[in-house]
Amino acid sequence: MKLITAYIKPFKLDSVKEALKAAGITGMTVTDVSGFGRQSGQTEVYRGAEYQVDFVPKTRVEVAVSDELADATVDAIADAAHTGEIGDGKIIVTAVETALRIRTGERGDDAL
Amino acid sequence: MSPGDIAWILISSSLVLFMTPGLALFYGGMVRAKNVLNMLMMNFFTISIVTILWVLVTYSLIFGDSTGGIIGDFSKIGLDGVEGEELLGAIFQLTFAIITPALITGAIAERMKFSAWVAFAALWSLLVYPFVGHWTWGDGGWFHDLFNVGAADFAGGLVVHINAGIAALVLVMVLGKRRGFGREAIRPHSLPLTLLGTGILWFGWFGFNAGSAGAADFGAINAWMTTQVAASVGALGWVVAEWKKTGKPTTLGAASGAVAGLVCITPAAGYVGPMAALAFGAVAGVVCFLAVSLKFKYGYDDSLDVVGVHLVGGIVGSLLLGILGDATFLGDGVEGLIYGGLDFFSAQVVAILATMAFSGVMSYIIAKAIDNTIGLRASEQEELEGLDITLHEERGYVLSETA
Repeated sequence: MKLITAYIKPFKLDSVKEALKAAGITGMTVTDVSGFGRQSGQTEVYRGAEYQVDFVPKTRVEVAVSDELADATVDAIADAAHTGEIGDGKIIVTAVETALRIRTGERGDDAL
Repeated sequence: MSPGDIAWILISSSLVLFMTPGLALFYGGMVRAKNVLNMLMMNFFTISIVTILWVLVTYSLIFGDSTGGIIGDFSKIGLDGVEGEELLGAIFQLTFAIITPALITGAIAERMKFSAWVAFAALWSLLVYPFVGHWTWGDGGWFHDLFNVGAADFAGGLVVHINAGIAALVLVMVLGKRRGFGREAIRPHSLPLTLLGTGILWFGWFGFNAGSAGAADFGAINAWMTTQVAASVGALGWVVAEWKKTGKPTTLGAASGAVAGLVCITPAAGYVGPMAALAFGAVAGVVCFLAVSLKFKYGYDDSLDVVGVHLVGGIVGSLLLGILGDATFLGDGVEGLIYGGLDFFSAQVVAILATMAFSGVMSYIIAKAIDNTIGLRASEQEELEGLDITLHEERGYVLSETA
């Protein structure tokens, strides 16, 4: 099993969600986060004064999938979140020990 | 006084009183979320402090019998003998006495001890406002005799805006900057609140200016229109200036420009016509936009631009009145510089300088006295954590079930 964590541009969330559904993914967790990468911060202007804001808003998408689905999932997200502009985000894949569905007690791939 | 006049002044008083919570929202939106309640509370509490002092002492100091044109006596202390029409005047004037110190809160946002604000607001309301108020509006105040024509202040360019603006500048210099000023992005947390506050201020300003006509008459009608024109053009002027300079028209720019236009027309609302008001608004919008960047140049943290908008806007308005003031409204051959009225212009200049000097020095003394006794400034930890939770044990926004 893999935990796929993607940091994407917030306005790309809907296309990523649709792409994941199309790829057969049945669940995901989404969080509003802020941070910076190579894009670094952004500039905002209040009453004519420019402010450098170090952290930019991003959306974090977390999906746990079976090993077989991992590559397809990563591709689906990368494809849907891509604009080619700086700040498109990152996808991180982490190995997962196990998973458990609380309602039924199913474990492993069955819990996903 | 006719029932119509009484009704209008009562309504105007209520409109002006509503400006202070409006100001609280205008300022509250511009601070960070961790300090929003502190800002609202400083404004809200000022209503209570000033009202109590007003009925006990302050009214008498402004409108009591004049002592050498400097200050009123104690003859009307506790509103002694103040009834009927005079009580109506006391009601209307009270609302001005409230919003004037409240204006100062924008400059000292996000770092002042609440107890220190309470002390400052009370002392300033007793030791500064009544003097400038008496000089300008009190019977026998010395501004009436300047250069034989007297200085004019229709609704509070001197008494309210210059008076509060210079006090804000001085208080900020004693208080010091917010941690991170000029380095970190200290951003407004809710511009919708600021816009709502602007709308309330604009609405209330019709009571401020048109109510200052003192009757439901043609003068009030004219003041209503000049107020509307100056606010509209002020917003336009500020936004055009920033659009040109930074490339974007902003909501905060529109809000600030409208307030700048309102401030600027305040001393003149009943003394010029709607076409002159176009000039007041346009000059205020552009000049105040340029003035708000001075704090970065000179390194003083006038957090929400009380100096750039109220002091500068008040000075510009009072000077423009000295230039464009119309004898049709001012009467008795009193007129602005463009009509040859050098005496009137000189009177305006002297009144502006006297207000700045007196309010500046007195505000400095009060600020120093508080700083050396109870202290002006919140602790570093209070400032970093936010004044809402540390000084008031409340949060403006509880958006999480867990923290």
